[in-house]
Order: sequence, then C-alpha cells, then structure tokens
Amino acid sequence: MSATRRDFIKTSGALVVGLSVAGEILLDAQSAAGPYPDLDFKQLDSWIVIRPDNTATFFVGKTDLGQGTGTAFRQIMADELDMPYDKTSCVMGVTDVTVDQGGSGGSDALQTDGYPMRRVAAEARRVLLELASARLGVPVAQLTVSDGVVSVAADSSKRVTYGELIGGRKFNTTLTGSNINATTGQARLKDVNQFKIVGQSPQRYDIPAKVDGSLKWAVDAKVPGMLHARNVKPPVAGAKLVSIDESSVKGVPGFVKVVSKGNYVAVVCEREEQAIQAARQLKVNWDKPATAAFPSSENLYGFMRTAKPSSSTPPSVVGNPDAAMMTAAKVVEAEYEIPFQGHTSIGPAHAMADPSNNQLTIYSNDMKSYGMREGVAQFLQMPKDRIRVVWMEGPQAYGRTAADDAGFEAAYLAKELGKPVRVQWMRNEETAWDTKGPAFLVKVRGGLDAQGNLVAFDYDARSADFGHLGYNEPDTVLIAQLMGIRPSTPNRGSSAVPNEMYAIPNRRMTTHVVSLPAVWETPLRTGNLRDPNGPQSTFASESFIDELAAAANVDAVDFRMRLLTASKDEDSGFKRARSIACLKAAADAFKWDTRPSPRRVGSGDTLTGRGIAYTYRSQTIVAEIAEVEVNRRTGRVWVKRIVCAHDCGLVINPEALRRTVEAGLLNGVSRTLHEEVRFDTEKVTSVDWVSSPTMTHLDTPESIEVVLVNGDPNPKRADLPHYGAGETMLKPTMAAIANAIFDATGVRVRRVPFRNDRMLAALKTAKV
Amino acid sequence: MASISLRVNGTSRTVDVDPATPLLYVLRNDLDLQGPRFGCGLGQCGACTVIIKGEAVRSCIRPVSTVAGAEITTLEGLAQNGRLHPLQQAWIDEQVPACGFCQNGQIMTAKVLLDKNPTPTDAQIRQGMANTLCRCMTYYRIQSAIKRASKTIASASRAETEVNA
Repeated sequence: MSATRRDFIKTSGALVVGLSVAGEILLDAQSAAGPYPDLDFKQLDSWIVIRPDNTATFFVGKTDLGQGTGTAFRQIMADELDMPYDKTSCVMGVTDVTVDQGGSGGSDALQTDGYPMRRVAAEARRVLLELASARLGVPVAQLTVSDGVVSVAADSSKRVTYGELIGGRKFNTTLTGSNINATTGQARLKDVNQFKIVGQSPQRYDIPAKVDGSLKWAVDAKVPGMLHARNVKPPVAGAKLVSIDESSVKGVPGFVKVVSKGNYVAVVCEREEQAIQAARQLKVNWDKPATAAFPSSENLYGFMRTAKPSSSTPPSVVGNPDAAMMTAAKVVEAEYEIPFQGHTSIGPAHAMADPSNNQLTIYSNDMKSYGMREGVAQFLQMPKDRIRVVWMEGPQAYGRTAADDAGFEAAYLAKELGKPVRVQWMRNEETAWDTKGPAFLVKVRGGLDAQGNLVAFDYDARSADFGHLGYNEPDTVLIAQLMGIRPSTPNRGSSAVPNEMYAIPNRRMTTHVVSLPAVWETPLRTGNLRDPNGPQSTFASESFIDELAAAANVDAVDFRMRLLTASKDEDSGFKRARSIACLKAAADAFKWDTRPSPRRVGSGDTLTGRGIAYTYRSQTIVAEIAEVEVNRRTGRVWVKRIVCAHDCGLVINPEALRRTVEAGLLNGVSRTLHEEVRFDTEKVTSVDWVSSPTMTHLDTPESIEVVLVNGDPNPKRADLPHYGAGETMLKPTMAAIANAIFDATGVRVRRVPFRNDRMLAALKTAKV
Repeated sequence: MASISLRVNGTSRTVDVDPATPLLYVLRNDLDLQGPRFGCGLGQCGACTVIIKGEAVRSCIRPVSTVAGAEITTLEGLAQNGRLHPLQQAWIDEQVPACGFCQNGQIMTAKVLLDKNPTPTDAQIRQGMANTLCRCMTYYRIQSAIKRASKTIASASRAETEVNA
C-alpha cells in the first residue's frame, strides 16, 4: 500500500467524520500518486483504524444507496468493538482504501457482509484487551470494556483507553478466511442480546450534509482543467454511424473535440452548457436497420406469448398437477402482464475521470465501485492497480449503477483527451436508454377441491430478459456495445417463480426467457431493477392466490393461512413460522375484517377495498395490506393506507429500517400505478417525466404502518441473524393493490400499471 | 460571453458567461453552489430549484441573463447565522432523505410554500409539492417534515409576538 490516501485518511483524524471523507479524497485527487494495489483483507488494519483521541474509523467495501447501511455498519461494528457510536466513522466503497466487499447489490449488506465486519471488530476488541492486559498487568478475564475504555473489574481506577493502547499505530494482526466474506480473527461474536447500539436508532450520519447543501456528491466532482462531455445517442436502436459533420459544431464556444468510435459519439467542450449545445447541434448521419428492433409496447405481450423461448428451465414438479387438475372441482386460469419498467433515476448517469499521473481516478456513484475498476481496467487495457474508483453519493436507482455506463464513458474520454472529463447523460437519454426491469407474461392455473382447498397449481412465466446486463462488464456496458464489442455469448437472462411457503400438494413451476429481435445496442436492454424479477412473479402468484380465494369464497387471509399451516416443513431460517407471524401481524395491525372478496359494490364515485399479499426474498418475509379508493368516474386508484409486516431478523436501526420500508413500498406503488416503458418498433418513446410518469406527492398514502416482526421460534436466540431489507417490501405491492382493487370493485386487473385510462375501461366493461 | 452580476445568498457575484446559459450551470460550475442539481433540464422534476423573489424557480431552464440583479437563494443560503432553517431541521428530525438527490428541490419548494402559507392543510401540501419529484419515494416523510416545520415556525412567531408585546 502506498503512503498516500489511506495514511492521509488515517492520520487526519479530524477529517474523518463521516461524509467529509469523500470531499477530502476529492481535494487530494491531484496529489494521489498511486499505484493502487488491492488491500489485504487479511490485515486487521485494512478494516479498522483507532486514533489517539479514542475514535475509530471503519473501512467498509460496500456502498450506501440511501438506505442507511453506513449507519448500520457503524452500529454493528461499534457494538462488537465496544466503542460509543458517536466516536466512530465509516468510509465506504473507495477502491484503494476499503477492501473489495463488492459494493452493493442483492440486499446483502447486513445479511452477508455484516458478518465479516462484526468479526473484524470483535477481533480488534480481543487484541485491544490483550494489549490492555499487558499494560495493566491483569489477566484479560479480569478486565471489562465500556465505551472504548478498558478497566480492571476489581479496581476501576486502573484503566486505559483504546486510543492510548493503539492510537496512531497499526494492529499488525493477521486474519484468516478463504475469501473476504469469510474473513475472521480468533474472537467470537457477541451474543446479540448483549448489543447496546444495535436496536437503537441513531440518526443517519449522511442526512445533515444532504439537507444543508454541504455534501459533495459524485455529480459535484470537479478538478482544475476538467472538460465536459455529452453523448450523442443513435436515434433508433441498432442505427449505424455513417458520418459526422464536425463543422456543425466548430462554432460552438468552448468546443474541444468530437470523439467517436463505432456507433459511440460524444462531444467535449470546456463548459457544461457548451457540451449540451454541441451535442444537440452535432450533425450525424445514421443508417437505420432494415428490420424492427422490437415489437411496439402495445404489441409486446402478443410477441412474448408466441415467441419461441431462448431458454426454458425444466419444470419443477411436486405431486401430479395434471391429474389433480383433472379431478379438481373448480379450475381457475389467469394471465398476468407486467411491462418493462425503467430505473428512471432522478439524476441521470454521470461520472468524472481524471487521467493525471498516467493513471485513472474515477469519481462515481457506482454501487459496485470495485466492479467498475475491474471492468474499466479490461475495457481500457490498463493495469488494475493504476485505476481507482472513488465512490461518492449519487441519485439512486436501485440497480442502475450495477452496470454503470457513465463511468466507462468518462474513463474512455479522459484517456482519449488526456484531461479530466466529466460526463452526464441528459434526461431523454437516461429515461430511454437506462437498463430496464424485464417484462413478464405469466400464466397460472389452479384447481380447487369441493371444500375449496387448493390442490393443484401450475405456474408458467415468460420474461423478456435475454441479454440481461448484470454488472460492469467491459463487453456489455453501453459504450462497449456501441463500439461493436460483444461478449462471446449473451447472458441467458432469467425468469422467476414465486417465493412463498404454501403447502400445495400438486404443483408445477416453469420459466422461460424470450429474446426481442434486437439484443445489442438497444434501449430495451435489461438489468437489475430493484429485486430484478420479484415484483413481476409475485404480482402474478399473489394475485392468483387471491383469485382462488375468491373462487372458493374464502377470506384472503384465511385462505393463505390455511396454505401456510397445511405443512409443518421448515427451512433453516424458519421461513414458514415467520411467514405465519407476518401474515398475522399484518392482519392484526390493519384490523382485517374476515370475509370473502369482493365486498358488495357501494354507491357514489369512490369505491373502497383492501387486499393482502405476502412473499419472501432470501430470508426476509413481508406481508402487506393495501387499502385503496377507486374513483369510478376518473379511474384513479389511490392507495390510501398500507400496512406492512416485515421480518428481517435482527433489526439494527428500527427507525432507519421503517423509512427504507416506507419508501420501498411507495416505489412499489409507483411501479403499480404509473410506470411502464413505452416504445415503437425502433425506439423508446418514454423520454421525460411527462411521457414516463412516476408517483408524485398527490399519490402519497394517508397512512403507512410498518410492523417490525421477529417471528423466529426462538426470538431471543444469541445468533439471531440480520437479513437484508432493501427490496423485499416492494415485491408484493402490485398484488396487494390489485387485490384491493378487486375487493373494491369486483374487477380483476391483470396488466400493470393500473393507469386511470385502463382502470376506467375495465370498470366500464364490468359495468361498475 | 458577457459579464453578468448576480446576487446570490446575500453576496454579489460576477460571472462571464453566455447570457443564455441556464442559471443552474452558473450556480454549480462558476459559483460552486451545488445544492441545486440537474435532474431533467426541462423544468419537470424540481431538483434544480432555487428561490428568486419569493418564488420557487427551476434554474435548469432559466437563462442567467434574466435573473441579473435579482436576489437568488440556494439551499446553501437557507441557514441563517449558522442555524438551520426550520425545514432543514425538520428534514433531519424526520430523517426524510433516502438518497437525498432530489431533496434540494423538496426543501426549496417547501420553503416557498410555507412562506406563502405558514399553516398549509395536508391537501395544500400535496398540491403545493405535486410537481417536485422524488424517485426514492420519500414523499410520506417529506409531508410530515413540512407539517413539523410549519409548527416550529408558528411557535417561533408566537414567541416573537409575545416578546414584542
């Protein structure tokens, strides 16, 4: 490790207070010498620094997408270390100062990465106790620790602080573990019941600087001599560049250069507004492809229904679903349609790259900063240790920056020009060309016996996910595609089956992926949109369970409860018991009135109903109840109230968790009521906030209640796990709302989003 | 290029830019006031909001030449004498932001809303904030924070009235 950034951060204690770190790194950009080798995760010093003033900084290889994970990491590490929370700080996701924990994704921050963090903090405590034992001349067993001060149990006047023991010096303690997630020392983890800071709700440390304007975000990164770039995207999917008339922008003040390679085109100017003007003004001749890139959004499901799948998974079968369906007293069938949905981040893609010192520093909000470093090294054929990515906060899109186009573009342009270059996408570019969550078409059949028991379930899902872009791959990010680079085989993509613990004696689950005609250089490229396939599969399955309950004339909670209690089989995380606990907690909190749906249609313009849906993701369980008002004059659906019972095991910060769940629920509401990527056969036509509507303040529910559940059969167990909480909450929202609409109106909506015009048409057809 | 004089957060600043340049880029790139942010460049989302003559203005579509001499307030200018504005404090107390990128627009729009109507109803808050978008969907807590700030401002002004009486 070079004596640059890390030592600078380590010794400059006053600077290392939460958010100032990124700013200091920024200021120090020009002087950072490099190279930037990988940190050794087997050194305790790579994870924790303690200063003479008895403060600690934790170095975490994750990124915070605005859900307070940084605060949670400080809580769990401070607790294992026995330091007061407010004497700690946290540096995240800067590739040369934090070990490669992969950045963020899959809601794994606490569930997976929380454990190595706890273990290294516990190990630091163990080492500090040994040092204290030597210093105080008392065996470790006779020492106690509180708030970073070690004292002799029998004589509290004999004491020494962590800062006095190690401040400003290195631990030089070697850790073990076959990989970063397995990193461990010799110390054992605490019994979770001994935690003092975990379970409290310290305020998120990142918030003050976000409301007083002092935070420097990735979008604010600026160094002397920096140039501004804007892309010029192909006008339609698959267009080929024929020629560029550079004279069309020669007169733009501050014009520096047009950069193009293959079908990638960018304009670089001295000032930002100049780059925007030049990009608009640049005359480019494109050849349109001879065949349609995709069906139009209106014809999408027809295409998906008849397309030959690019891949199918062998059906997963329990019992004999065909025979059970044949003998069922009642068979119900339905088909559900979920469109492509965009990330449509509030802030378009952006990054700044500085090629000083023959290296590359990329300032980026990439949630997977390490992946970007790796990907850019390959893309530009540079040694990895000449590249660092400085993660800074950014506008979130929950998966968009896992395949972060702008970072690669900035890096390429900076290398081409030999100067720092900042690039930012325009709104139409972002909304049209960001990665999309895949469209789904799901057919489900179910068989009920004469007593209304579900005896057969046949689920068949198609997703338009072929060529899925997961990560910062040097051969699939958009700039690489436009330059004509192709991986040897496209990603096969995936579809999804429902996640529930229902005991259904006969069932078949089948999934397929279909490919649109255009696979490359298309704005309908799919990527990881917050729980990539979960909302789609759960909309179909949990809507259908509701349809079955209605067909059996059974209350929707009772019908699910019967399915959950029909078996005693459990998994290692007690998902069945915890599912039952969540369903019950949601119904209790809502004061659910037991009766079949729909309720009798009322009079007046506004019809009211409630619907439930439940699912899990990994080990996190969620049961949600939505109460809706449907206006039969306008077709508007208002989700007036949501109750969400949420079990993610050990809760680190209840108040931060509540807010994450609340906002995630509304993300689900937005996707349910508004969001749909629209396109003709050559381009995406959703390009701004008018053509790509989102939820607004007007749609906000009157009440959101998040009920934190611990449904573990042994809720006080010492090793109660902490599971992820970033995505599960929005999986069942579409179904809960659809079920509530059915309860209110008797109309079953099976195509997302439930826009006013569609609702109105459905209500008219049903004569509601 | 032209020399244009601006009054920003109580300070006079002069910039030499194309008069048609949207105010946003001048604030961010010339004056280092990066509270306002680019969200759409179309005046649709509100991330770039600043306050000019008591109105919430979308700086991404406002040519800088049209605001020469007018008093401009950005997020950085909201705190007075080192004290956060009651809205900013309410944002912390309610722990409003998720990513926080849009919150400049939320806070600045709410400031104008409360300046014009210190005790808005829930419906007036929804209506007044309707065109300021948040893609993390923190709307629920934003509305709570506005109500909280409204109460703080009301009790502060009551206290002031009592002192004056």
